Amino acid sequence: MPDLTPADDSTLIRIRGLKTVLNGKTIFDGVDLDIPRGKVTAVMGPSGTGKTTLMRHITGQLAPDAGSVVVDGRDVPRLSRGDLFRLREKIGYLFQNSALLTDFSVFENVAFPLRQHLRLPEELIRNIVLTKLQAVGLRGAAELMPSELSGGMARRVALARAIVRDPMLVIYDEPFVGLDPIALNQVVKLIRMLNDTLGLTGILVAHEFSAVKRVADQVYLIAAGKIAAHGTPAELAADTSPWTRQFFGGEADGPVPFHYPARDYALDLGFPEARA
Amino acid sequence: MTPAGKPRNALAGGIAQIGACGLFLLSILAAVPASLRHIRETVRQVWFVGAMSLTIIMTCGLFVGMVLGLQLYYVLSIFGGTAALGTVVSLALYRELGPVVTALLFAGRAGTSITAEIGLMRATDQLSAMEMMAVDPLAYVVTPRFLAGVIAMPLLACVFNALGIFGAHLVGVAWLGLDNGTFWSNMTSSVDVWKDVINGLWKSVAFGAVITLIATFQGYTTPPTSEGVAYATTRTVVFSSIVVLALDFVMTAFLM
Repeated sequence: MPDLTPADDSTLIRIRGLKTVLNGKTIFDGVDLDIPRGKVTAVMGPSGTGKTTLMRHITGQLAPDAGSVVVDGRDVPRLSRGDLFRLREKIGYLFQNSALLTDFSVFENVAFPLRQHLRLPEELIRNIVLTKLQAVGLRGAAELMPSELSGGMARRVALARAIVRDPMLVIYDEPFVGLDPIALNQVVKLIRMLNDTLGLTGILVAHEFSAVKRVADQVYLIAAGKIAAHGTPAELAADTSPWTRQFFGGEADGPVPFHYPARDYALDLGFPEARA
Repeated sequence: MTPAGKPRNALAGGIAQIGACGLFLLSILAAVPASLRHIRETVRQVWFVGAMSLTIIMTCGLFVGMVLGLQLYYVLSIFGGTAALGTVVSLALYRELGPVVTALLFAGRAGTSITAEIGLMRATDQLSAMEMMAVDPLAYVVTPRFLAGVIAMPLLACVFNALGIFGAHLVGVAWLGLDNGTFWSNMTSSVDVWKDVINGLWKSVAFGAVITLIATFQGYTTPPTSEGVAYATTRTVVFSSIVVLALDFVMTAFLM
């Protein structure tokens, strides 16, 4: 039975001894991780290292094989469906591919969580939705359908939807992908502003260290199923371990293999004599 | 794997699928109270699967009735019994052709559309997004479509029957010269509302439930790829057609 009492009230999420195996591949092998309340924590790592899987554990979409995931004092894998839904009402989630409801306009997509859970006057819903759309610069696109949006615009609408209920925790899964420099700058400012003004806790899954440096209070670097490095962005930038050097330096050679495991290159190209 | 092992695995897989589909039905029924909160979504789905299928149902009903009228007039004229045309056509439509042909058309028109829509929602994470917004996709997406199929199918079968009888009347009375009064009076005196009409509608309700169950199950459990959605859509038509015809035999045997 995991200890549900936070080490102190400032820890919103506590993960201990997390082990996950998917399709025979070990994704996490004893991960310990703390997400402090009211801070922005970035989770970084090579592609396929399990960052999105970690978010799925935190939101109860996927149960771990071992270990505990405690969010706001609740052991997520043991929650009933009803309790899980009550917890999720306090969480905003920005999906990698936006996941907008294609039958609804931009306005109705953002209004969807409000309409489903709250009995609010139409005028108030309208004001809240337009405020959130204004924050992401898309108030003028309220009547457009998702099929009429670019990838970057869809991501900003999904961001507005994720924050429409001012949740306790917002999970941003790759929020900067596909954004032009202007939109990226505004989204960085928005994430920081939500944290500074409303005290929301943010978890940011991203690859863009230049943007992460501006918005995150702490960074976890995940590699090979473990926490490879942890600290403030400045600490990680100055870190000289092989993991951080390779990841932030973008080098092919290092502890993280660039190539998927394969048989000998020369043999594959049909030159066995080259290996002789 | 041995050659004998393949069919055994396929059989086990098929049984597992039927079991999973049964559990899915229980989940849908359990989600009915929650789905009543989204009653507007159910009404919208009745429009999509019912009203939007009217054109194909009406057109096919008319032509099936015309063909029936023509064929039966020819057969009955051999025995000098053309006066029974209205009776035979209406009994064939109410008891069998109406519910079954409507169900097959419904599987092709609405069943595929339901599978493709839910499958694409799965592939584009829309169902996961609903889960993350604490909205149960079973209550919001699946159950309204299931209920819409159960509601719409008997209504569509009624329309099919009406157009079928009208088609047979066109051929028998307007074209081949059968007496109008004979056509209608023989029909009304021979058709029993409970035994023929209502039993046919019960079949439609069952077919509506089975087709939308298969369609929603295939869409909900499809692998999130374009190939997965394509296979799921095909499976909906194939499985629905087989199950409808098999269920028709079973229900006919019990309702006779």
